[in-house]
Amino acid sequence: MSDAQPAVAPGPACPEAALLEERLPGVVLDVASARGELRITVERERVVEALSLLRDDPALDYRFFSECLAVDYLDPSTGEPILGKRHRFEVVYNLYSVRDPATGRGTGRRVFVKVRVPGDDPTVPTVTGVYAGADFPEREVFDLFGIRFEGHPDLRRILMPDDWIGHPLRKDYPLGGERVQFADGTYGPAISDRVVQHAGESFHGLTGSEAEPAPGRPATPGL
Amino acid sequence: MSETPAQPNWQAARSLGVQIDPIDESTMVVNMGPQHPATHGVLRLVIELDGETVVKCTPHMGYLHTGIEKTGEYQTYMKAVTITDRIDYLASHTNNLAYALAVERLLGVEPPPRGHYLRVVLSEVQRIASHLVWLGTHALDIGAMTVYFFAFREREKLLDLTEMMSGVRMMPSWIVPGGLRGDAPEGWFERVKAVMDELPRRLDDYETLLDQNPIWRLRTQGVGIVSVDDCLALGVSGPTLRASGLAHDLRKAAPYCRFEDFDFGVPTGKFGDVYDRYRVRMAEMRQSREIVKQAVERMPDGPVNVDNRKVVPPPRAELDSSMEAVIHHFKLWTEGFRPPVGEAYVPIEGPRGEIGFYIVSDGSGYPWRMHERPPTFMNLQALARMAEGRLLADLVAIIGSIDIVLGEIDR
Repeated sequence: MSDAQPAVAPGPACPEAALLEERLPGVVLDVASARGELRITVERERVVEALSLLRDDPALDYRFFSECLAVDYLDPSTGEPILGKRHRFEVVYNLYSVRDPATGRGTGRRVFVKVRVPGDDPTVPTVTGVYAGADFPEREVFDLFGIRFEGHPDLRRILMPDDWIGHPLRKDYPLGGERVQFADGTYGPAISDRVVQHAGESFHGLTGSEAEPAPGRPATPGL
Repeated sequence: MSETPAQPNWQAARSLGVQIDPIDESTMVVNMGPQHPATHGVLRLVIELDGETVVKCTPHMGYLHTGIEKTGEYQTYMKAVTITDRIDYLASHTNNLAYALAVERLLGVEPPPRGHYLRVVLSEVQRIASHLVWLGTHALDIGAMTVYFFAFREREKLLDLTEMMSGVRMMPSWIVPGGLRGDAPEGWFERVKAVMDELPRRLDDYETLLDQNPIWRLRTQGVGIVSVDDCLALGVSGPTLRASGLAHDLRKAAPYCRFEDFDFGVPTGKFGDVYDRYRVRMAEMRQSREIVKQAVERMPDGPVNVDNRKVVPPPRAELDSSMEAVIHHFKLWTEGFRPPVGEAYVPIEGPRGEIGFYIVSDGSGYPWRMHERPPTFMNLQALARMAEGRLLADLVAIIGSIDIVLGEIDR
């Protein structure tokens, strides 16, 4: 199939990895190029420096923060990550060097910067200081995977209710099991003990006061 | 005549140990949504107001969260197509297309030319239909009700095209990995041409209705300005980015589906305000019409699907005579295909911006991770920047101009 992005040779021929290796020795853990897509794995502790470098380099000019996402590689049946990986999570930053036809700025290349995150210490430094657009996607990853972004200005749940327990996109979080309106007395297969009443939305007149309010609940008095 | 009630003495109250709202005394917090008609769904905004000026605007999402990405991990690749429609229910063809392209990259297959061209027609028809919904609802928010009814009348004709092809108006799932579910029915291209011939006249009407209306211009010009640099750092793409002045369109920058074959322009704005976003989308509808007309005229003959029985089931007629065909059919609809281990992401230009599916395959028949890059989720981050410092009434115009779809934001 025709690849929309220019093919990139792995290793030192790739300018992104070469730049990172030159300015931040040892930060690049792996460079992979497959199907025309370039993926660079960097050290978790220095991801902020690495992304700043890619953004500020005038030749590479990765100005567009497309998004970031996480992948959980845990196989819940064995408790080990699949595909021979040693870390449970990967956070992927999707950066794009927008080509401006008017000024000729930008290369039109896309790079996926990855960091490996162990399951027993799911933290990553926030990149909101580099790209303001990391705000929502980092909150989404925190919400659905439980990966904490250290230094994020407003790390709250974004899609799930504020008082939800658990992180649904983790592989050990089973499908189903939420309390629904018409399943009286049955709370699904596995997580009934982890589901709390969602404040204010009970059909039984409960307000959720028996549930602990989430620590990050927004201060919106009178609402 | 009684005296006007005195302002509460907050300092005195504090000294008495009374708990007071932790906001500034001169501002007021107002909740807008989730059931507000101008929030295009179930967006909730917590707005801090100083008089009528927006000081702070915080979006709260998740009311439409349906766990689509989690559900996708439990479907075979072919079945997962149907949930991609539901992410952005105004642009189902483009969602299907983004998903199909990512799976095809994993599989290493590419549809024949006719498949590409049909996908181009469908996705551009979808773009016009989606922009018409945006136009109607956006104008309605600002008080121009007539445009709403007219835009929905046109959109219905475009949805009829989808219905004629797939049998359903809004959730077709017609573009699938390997090609399309089927070719265009008899008379479809004539119908497309007829609708496209009528479109420019209608668009002129709507533009006249709005552009010659001083209220529309006053409420949109100079409102909700965002710069190119802010857009890029915030991940804002699509018409919102182009209205700020950067001619970035993935159909040009990283062509997919043979978009390089077509002659079309990339409309851009100058100031990045609500009015520019309106102009850009109106111009985009005309460009999409050009693409559709070119694609229909040059439509190649031949099959629409990949000629690979491991990906696309055999035609019905073959099942009567070939045991192999029966086996392939059975295997594909029970187990599905198994892409090799790897990751793929193919960005395309959706009606609202860059949309792509990040799919991780572990070599099984189910996607290990199926993530959609949601354009409006990222575009919504610009809302606070556009609205803060403006009047509350401007906020309604700004929300409409970003063209949000909550089904996609919440997924």
